[in-house]
Amino acid sequence: MSFSRQSSVADSFADFEGNESRGFALEDGSRIAVVGGGPAGSFFSYFLLKMADAVDLDIEVDIFEPRSFHRCGPAGCNHCGGVVSESLVQILAAEGIVLPRSVVQRGVESYEVHMDVGDVAIASPVQEQRIAALYRGNGPREGEDARLESFDGFLLGLAMDWGASIAPRLITGIEWPGGRPELQFADSASAAYDLIAVATGVNSQFINLLEDHPAGFQPPKTTRGYICEFRATEAEIREILGRSVHVFLLTIPRFEFAAIIPKGEFATVVMVGEDIDEELVQAFLTDPVVQSVFPTDRIPCVCSCRPQINLGARKRPYGDRIVLVGDSGVTRLFKDGIGAALRTGKAAATTAIFHGVSREDFRRHFWPACQAIARDNAVGRLMFATNEIMKKSRVTRRAILAMAQREQATTGARPHMSSLLWNMFTGSEPYTEMFKGTLHPGFIRHFLTSLAASLKPRRPRAGPV
Amino acid sequence: MVRGALGKSYSDGEEIIRQGNVGESMYVVQSGRVEVIQSTPGGETQHLAFLEAGDFFGEMAIFEKQRRSATVRASGQARVLKIDKKTLLRRIREDPLLAVNLLKTMSHRIRELDAELSQCRGAGT
Repeated sequence: MSFSRQSSVADSFADFEGNESRGFALEDGSRIAVVGGGPAGSFFSYFLLKMADAVDLDIEVDIFEPRSFHRCGPAGCNHCGGVVSESLVQILAAEGIVLPRSVVQRGVESYEVHMDVGDVAIASPVQEQRIAALYRGNGPREGEDARLESFDGFLLGLAMDWGASIAPRLITGIEWPGGRPELQFADSASAAYDLIAVATGVNSQFINLLEDHPAGFQPPKTTRGYICEFRATEAEIREILGRSVHVFLLTIPRFEFAAIIPKGEFATVVMVGEDIDEELVQAFLTDPVVQSVFPTDRIPCVCSCRPQINLGARKRPYGDRIVLVGDSGVTRLFKDGIGAALRTGKAAATTAIFHGVSREDFRRHFWPACQAIARDNAVGRLMFATNEIMKKSRVTRRAILAMAQREQATTGARPHMSSLLWNMFTGSEPYTEMFKGTLHPGFIRHFLTSLAASLKPRRPRAGPV
Repeated sequence: MVRGALGKSYSDGEEIIRQGNVGESMYVVQSGRVEVIQSTPGGETQHLAFLEAGDFFGEMAIFEKQRRSATVRASGQARVLKIDKKTLLRRIREDPLLAVNLLKTMSHRIRELDAELSQCRGAGT
């Protein structure tokens, strides 16, 4: 395996000396404000304080988060499907972060893919529960009695364990006297900082306060997703959904894909498409394929939202003494937003501790991490566009299904299509790796064989294998 | 799928990795306890350590292509998460600081071995 050149110790020292003279290095007593206490803000704070401790740097971190993750419904919610990908569960473990059982609502080891031409159950390649279904906040509205624990609250706790302070204050403005950020609050008070990390996502009003910043932060392109929480008893959810996450690839206009994730006595429906509105939501929920899996007349919806989803990258999510992490800056297309929060949060923290907080420091050491995600998203767009074309033909839908069904039914078969579907839905692999998999001669040969077989007339809808 | 559980469940005494086998993964204990044991050339089994939630093992397989140096088995009911070599190395390539966490534990184990070696030498003189 080749390793790309990393900045040497000498480079870091040169940066450090240069930044000290320009006043852009963090030093003992430096104050850092983190706006937003979701995963991006918590990861940034956690790694910043951990690394500062490693180099004996004494800094202060204030996390501004007005929500309480101990409250159910919108007051404590981060509007997210709540799935931690297979690769992220592993990386968190390698970082020393073990997700407690009280936070993980379900460990997932299989997905069922549903199409109008049939269904296929795809098991985890390692027969292990390495995907975590959880609640970002403290669960949906009316979930007070369900004794759920918040993932975001857990991460915030990690940052607090390293010394971060939580400030539940509303920020009303930001000024830059002498080039240093100064936050202004609703009670007319203000506080000066050496660095601001923006981790508000794209659903916050704070981001509008940055419009006048000289760096000219351009908002990323967004779309609206749909999230709905359905509630029944745990036994009913198990009876209806079994032990899998259910994914739907349907030919409804403007519909991209949707997933139903079992979480104890709740089931979360997450839908991605173009300009999602009530008409599209109803078209999905009443589709015969969806009704055959998840009869919504039996299970009431208790909480729903249509959050904005970041579809791209800000052109420059940094400036002197300011950096935008997680969804506020760059995230992965449709998948693994928490993984992107970890990557960008840690890259920003590393830059601030070992290099400095100037625009140039972030350009050299933080921006490459964002660009890697943005480049991978470009490949992801190509794959979703290809999927859109494939979805339109019944023949290709049947070929995809038949290939995956055959792989799952044959012991020892190389799971070309199963791996592609698994990774597309779980977000475990980068899109670039998935794309490479589709160029494998075995994938192409088996897909063409399945395509030829699918041209023969067949009975409609087969059951899961 | 068990509520709140990640990784794979092992019952008391069940082997997770076996000494002498080639490894491609490292492991992190999620809950319960596992025991690290080693077979000596004389055929005896030596207890090396107990590991608990948050501890990892098998990390040498990530960095070198050698056979497993010890057997690890569940001590009571234990849940263990497997970490793929490819996933970890790809991430370390992007973020070399991730390796620091592993190095810390490996450094700690070398320090413990040094202490044990000194004790053994002291007892032998």
